[in-house]
Amino acid sequence: MRLERKDLLGLRDISREEIQLILDTALPMKDIILRDIKKAPTLRGKALATVFYENSTRTRTSFEIAGKYLSADTVNLQVTSSSVQKGESLRDTIKTIEMMGFDVIAMRHSMSGTPQYVARNTNMRVINAGDGANEHPTQALLDMFTILEHKKTLDDLKVAIVGDILHSRVARSNIYGLSKYGCEVRVVGPSTLIPPEIERLGVKTYYNLDQAFKGVDVINVLRIQRERQQSALFPSLDEYADLYMVSSDRLQSAKDDVLVLHPGPMNRGIEVSSELADSSSMLVNEQVTNGVAVRMAILFLMMGGSRGEVAN
Amino acid sequence: MKLLIKNGHLLDPISKIDRQMDILIENGCIQELGEKLEIEDAIQIDASGKIVCPGFIDLHVHLREPGFEYKEDIASGTRAAAAGGFTTVCCMPNTDPVIDNAAVANFVRERALLSGVIHVLPIGCITRQQEGELLSPMAELVAAGCVGVSDDGKPVMNARIMRNALDYAKMFPLPVMVHCEDENLSWEGQMHEGYYSTLYGLRGIPTLAEETMIARDLMLAEYTGAHLHICHVSTAGSVQLIRAAKQKGVAVTCEVTPHHLTLTDEIVGDYDPDTKVNPPLRSQKHLDALLEGLQDGTIDCIATDHAPHHWEDKDCEYNMAAFGISGLETAVAVLMDRLVRSGKLELAELVRFFTSAPARILGLAPPVLAAGAAADLTIIDPDIEKKVDPKNFYSKGKNNPYKGMHLKGWPWMTIVDGEIIAHDGKIQV
Repeated sequence: MRLERKDLLGLRDISREEIQLILDTALPMKDIILRDIKKAPTLRGKALATVFYENSTRTRTSFEIAGKYLSADTVNLQVTSSSVQKGESLRDTIKTIEMMGFDVIAMRHSMSGTPQYVARNTNMRVINAGDGANEHPTQALLDMFTILEHKKTLDDLKVAIVGDILHSRVARSNIYGLSKYGCEVRVVGPSTLIPPEIERLGVKTYYNLDQAFKGVDVINVLRIQRERQQSALFPSLDEYADLYMVSSDRLQSAKDDVLVLHPGPMNRGIEVSSELADSSSMLVNEQVTNGVAVRMAILFLMMGGSRGEVAN
Repeated sequence: MKLLIKNGHLLDPISKIDRQMDILIENGCIQELGEKLEIEDAIQIDASGKIVCPGFIDLHVHLREPGFEYKEDIASGTRAAAAGGFTTVCCMPNTDPVIDNAAVANFVRERALLSGVIHVLPIGCITRQQEGELLSPMAELVAAGCVGVSDDGKPVMNARIMRNALDYAKMFPLPVMVHCEDENLSWEGQMHEGYYSTLYGLRGIPTLAEETMIARDLMLAEYTGAHLHICHVSTAGSVQLIRAAKQKGVAVTCEVTPHHLTLTDEIVGDYDPDTKVNPPLRSQKHLDALLEGLQDGTIDCIATDHAPHHWEDKDCEYNMAAFGISGLETAVAVLMDRLVRSGKLELAELVRFFTSAPARILGLAPPVLAAGAAADLTIIDPDIEKKVDPKNFYSKGKNNPYKGMHLKGWPWMTIVDGEIIAHDGKIQV
């Protein structure tokens, strides 16, 4: 089986079968990462550019090393510091990258819909590495892979997503992906950070952490951006932490084997307590490794590989 | 030159004509209406199956000249209007320089006479530089031919300034045409706030941004007794507020655009910047309320808010794209196809919304089909079906969300002062 699509822009418009194919392929990819010699020749002669219009060390590095483990040539374009300052349009920047012969770009942009716009205007394959408040499909896929490793299934789990749902692409992609497995997704956060009519996505809304956590299998804690306070969306980080900081104490109502995920980097003492961050329930470090595996799987499947070829 | 339009179905809500008749035009005026007219030396036009109406007026158009000729100019904008069935347009003053003095207003009118192909009536600014702080010289603007004042594109955020503008404008009297938007509530918004803004992850523009400002301006209009005209009404709440104000006798009129009547926020889904417009495309509930407002007289007229942009202003990230739809060349077809054909709007009402209704708002004599009247005519072919292709627009602005759609019922001929300006979508002069 192959991934029969030019681009990976989000999980909203992708089938459960495609998601499953990526998750299945990520498993042997993880083996490569854990080997002594971390190199497979599969993508030799292919070129990947990471094009990040927003700062991100971990996602960018994750894409870069994923490409390298599969022998692709990878280049990081520092677009924030070069073309934008020179006033170049996005269309021109993308054309320039395309003309250098890249096969695929992983794109991060602060504005929703930008990878979709780029994908319409280039022959290169486009992987959305996060666009505005819209989607972050590779993050959701690595979250799902991590859950799958521990729970052995994704079907019908109860998952709570905590924090700034309004601005979160991680939340949206997780909602779309998990819903395809019949999960009950709950969102919880201050009322100012819950977007309108989100229930129509099939999720349940909570303002109270303890109620939201009742019986959940997984908690995904979102990173809180300090600038939201400047926009008067909540009064202070202290008050946010009082109401929504996830700590071991607050896991009482959840299932005993509850998993806690965080896309990183963590604000310890704000959205997650330091002791929980270092506990065995917190999978943030595993997520990092799984992120590389999932991105390897996506690059591999998009550039023509099929599931059966991975092992060698 | 004599022009004889034969066999057309005349439709004029003012002179209450609704039947097949012939029209003889001579020296720029309608000479005679009658059955089976035979004039030997006249050029004959067979309008069988066509609807012959008084010339359409669009009281809300951005012609962009002076200053933004790369987006549109008076030559291209008036050709777009003529192709779209309009014989008169009012142009908004957010040019560069803005129309806040007689020199710019006169420039626009002179350019319209030199390079335009239809009538152009300028709208002046409410405040100098559209900065919302000092009143523009309204007497000077009236003397230079302005028919209303507007800071369209921006609200007048300061209530005291708006109160003074209304108080001052009422002595001419000039309609004060307001763009109602509380900029604090619409802050950084890209589309209608609701389910689809949640789905697409774009910052929403709440209906509140429009409604709170309309509520304020209605109170100011009631207090001052001035004529308030509310531009591009887009929400159910706005319709309700205006309906209640009219019942109280407030001197308020308002307009709605074809796109707010026919497109929902769902189509933003592809992040196509041609769907980006201010006020934004709303949800179905609001579309229904706008239609009801048209039907019960709360909404007075239809106007395009034609907002042409250069392709580079639309071929970019959604957030970076300019707001606006280039709508002159599809307005009539959209309404014919989506509202008249489906029975939601009577054809005679559509004609009224584009003729006597805007004329009344502007304080002009309504265009009529009658002997002695100026020969400004809009002729519609209700049966022709065409695909919208912005590449063929006369407007420089190709930003139109109806692109690729098949619409039935198009303007067939536009006659201004007795001269055929457009025929079957093609300019004849």
